[in-house]
Amino acid sequence: MGDAQGGGANRMREVSYIERSNRPLHVYALMYLAFLYIPVLFLPLFSFNDAVYAAFPLKGFTTKWYEQMLASEPMFAALTNSIKVGATTALLATVLGIFGAKAVTRYRMPGKQPVVFVIMLPLVIPGIILGVALLILVTRLGINLSLYTVTLGHILISVPFAMATLIPRFEGFDKSMEEASADLGANAWSTFWRVTLPMVFPGVLASYLLCFTISFDEFIMAFFLAGTDPTLPIFIWGQLRFPLLLPRVLALGACILAVSFVLVFIAQWLARPGAIRSLDSRP
Amino acid sequence: MNIHRVNQATPGASLGIASVTSWRGKLRAVFLRSEAIRGYTLLSPTLVVMMFGMCAPFAIMVAVSFWTQHAFDFDTTFTLGRYQDVIDKPIYMALMLRSLAISGACTVVTVLLAYPMAYYVAFHVHRHKLIWIILMTLPFWTSYLLRVFAWKVILGFNGVINSGLKGLGLIEQPLEFLLYSPTAVVITLAHAWAAFAILPIYVSLEKIDRSLLEAATDLGDGPVKRFLGVTLPLSLPGIIAATLLIFIPTVGDYVTPALVGGPSGIMLANNIQAQFGKVNDWPMGAALAMAMMITVAVISVVYIWVTRKAAGRIV
Repeated sequence: MGDAQGGGANRMREVSYIERSNRPLHVYALMYLAFLYIPVLFLPLFSFNDAVYAAFPLKGFTTKWYEQMLASEPMFAALTNSIKVGATTALLATVLGIFGAKAVTRYRMPGKQPVVFVIMLPLVIPGIILGVALLILVTRLGINLSLYTVTLGHILISVPFAMATLIPRFEGFDKSMEEASADLGANAWSTFWRVTLPMVFPGVLASYLLCFTISFDEFIMAFFLAGTDPTLPIFIWGQLRFPLLLPRVLALGACILAVSFVLVFIAQWLARPGAIRSLDSRP
Repeated sequence: MNIHRVNQATPGASLGIASVTSWRGKLRAVFLRSEAIRGYTLLSPTLVVMMFGMCAPFAIMVAVSFWTQHAFDFDTTFTLGRYQDVIDKPIYMALMLRSLAISGACTVVTVLLAYPMAYYVAFHVHRHKLIWIILMTLPFWTSYLLRVFAWKVILGFNGVINSGLKGLGLIEQPLEFLLYSPTAVVITLAHAWAAFAILPIYVSLEKIDRSLLEAATDLGDGPVKRFLGVTLPLSLPGIIAATLLIFIPTVGDYVTPALVGGPSGIMLANNIQAQFGKVNDWPMGAALAMAMMITVAVISVVYIWVTRKAAGRIV
């Protein structure tokens, strides 16, 4: 953080005067980051607090909420469900994302824009509307609500994110590599396996991790589409009704946040070269 | 040609091997020649899944919204009764207006708070830009439910703010307005949707050609005039995208109102959820969902149209 002002004085001459350092804005940015992160950090803080209520002053350090949480059978059942749904969703959404991203970046197609718009639509449709619409569909088709229906819903909302992660990756590498492979006699399939996939692999992994996290944390679709098997967010929702269980939810929430942060950070880092290129591409 | 015609005439009939292969060969040739066809073939799995996943549920939801609930079954006679209810019963209109007001307020607050942040990263961060972008978007990927829950912990009657202020001796009684109010919903949503505002605005600011700003300065514009005359209009696409990306989903949010809204912060989506839950009137729920979608779509289209017009006048 320090380098922003520290280097500022030196760089003042090189950097355009429009971009010269602006102290109030810098303070604002740090406050904004605090606004983004501090609320979330209260969950781990109170999860180690030796009191049922999440309130100041802190009473003392304890790990008993974590022990209680780990002793809960239904929690592990819900966790297993969430991992199953998340892993399947991430796999299928990423595969669909690869098809979509390759098609969109490699071929000139009439009507590409409206088609991409349709695929990206779940990004802007309120979750509740897609949720109830899918609920009506599966019940009318006579399909029982289960983890499969949750997975279906999660795939729909994950594909736009998979596409958004993969498209820059496909755009980022030279199309001539694929053409060279084809010219040297490789068929489409082996070109894909031996040239395209290795090149876009970091993006594929990033997409998988992001889709897994989305599914793992998703609540609204799961709320409507889960049958008797709850996913982890549904389990947490159920626990929120009981004030005495609050500390356990805090402990569980702290663990989930930690795992999500690590997974997403890895994913963003993997998607990095593309990101850097797009940042450096400005004139 | 001849073989082709035969195939068309009797598609199901038994064909000679030779004719099949040449028919296939012809198809293959067309296939390989047309870039669009190859592209769409590759895209088809994704497109089919997404089209089916979006269209089929919406079609059936539209159908159900014209039906009537009878205990646990539907009377499938066509009726506009549910839509009549949406308009006639004051509760639905009130909830709709409140939803629009709350998410409108939340959209304005989120965009206003996020703009300086995006501006800072676009213009004033020169090293470790990626770290800043990851830092800004990271919380967005973590559990929505937990982030809302965190605000319940903060704003609660015995929550972080109240117990903290009491501990410092600043207040005697807990501040009751913090939790279970529309304000709580707006604050929580502004936090939850921050990334949706920052990213589009950042991208549009990053795209601005820096020489335009230098030209404005050289021609005598001060920082304020330069910002209003150049930077702001050029970042308008980002602002429009951010507004829509926040407004549309938040109108339909029901987790936040349910956790921190209280009775005065309940939104239309909570009612829709209840129609599919304890009220058990699915056609009413479907009609409300349709009404919400149509309202949001109309508002978005008008908004885009108005901002385009306004932008056209400025630029």
